[in-house]
Amino acid sequence: MKKKDFILIGVIVALALILLICVKFTQKEGACVEVKIDGTKVATYPLNVNATYTLNGGTNILTIEDGYAYLSEADCPDHLCVKQGKISKTGQVITCLPNKLTVTVYGGEPKDVDIIS
Amino acid sequence: MKTSKMTFLGLFTAVAMILSFVETLLPPLTTALPGIKMGLPNIAIMFILYRIGWKEASVVSIVRVILVSLLFGSVMSMAYSLGGAILSLLIMTLMQKLTSFNRVSISVVGGVCHNIGQILVAWAVTSTAQIVYYLPVLLISGCAAGILVGLAAGMLEKRVPKIKF
Repeated sequence: MKKKDFILIGVIVALALILLICVKFTQKEGACVEVKIDGTKVATYPLNVNATYTLNGGTNILTIEDGYAYLSEADCPDHLCVKQGKISKTGQVITCLPNKLTVTVYGGEPKDVDIIS
Repeated sequence: MKTSKMTFLGLFTAVAMILSFVETLLPPLTTALPGIKMGLPNIAIMFILYRIGWKEASVVSIVRVILVSLLFGSVMSMAYSLGGAILSLLIMTLMQKLTSFNRVSISVVGGVCHNIGQILVAWAVTSTAQIVYYLPVLLISGCAAGILVGLAAGMLEKRVPKIKF
């Protein structure tokens, strides 16, 4: 290991920490979650209404509880989306890569609720 | 291609596959974030990259990703892994050829690029830009994993006898 190797690794870690701090400081409490499947927006749900929604024809079940959103059930093999836990702040996202599904928190006033799925 | 070289590459493809499998047995550091991995298969890939060359390392890496995805994953997981593997190999090759960085640095950058590649594919597939919020934590975990993998690859290279093809 030479000096420049330490510098390189140090720069990557420093960059990551700066990004992490930026993300933490720009996050606010979210107002609604947007569900995207295969890149297409399919639904928006308010975070202040406790409810359970069936997504993508039943592959994933989204639960909203006390301002937090989480996927409570999924049919994918690894269940990584369920394990990602609860989200509530703007920009936070739960991804279910096998089903090409994402749940993203958005801020501001809850937009008009359109339930298509 | 000589038979001895073909056997050697086949052997290391198998080693990379076994390392992928061993990795799935390790308990996850955190379940809140997908994608944090040791990157153990990269030990075999880096060994081939240093001992034989980038073309052979690319072949072993891509064959490994395809076989492991077919065995333990899905078609989608193949797309994410390929995105990571190709970007990681490209950058590692360029660094090895053009710079004098240590193999630990190259392994770190390879690990980080693997994460970046996967995120780019996931971004393209889901068109959710917020996925990049995963990146800072993945950069740090990629550094830690890359250091260990780089050291392991170095030890392996010292211990495996050189073979002429």
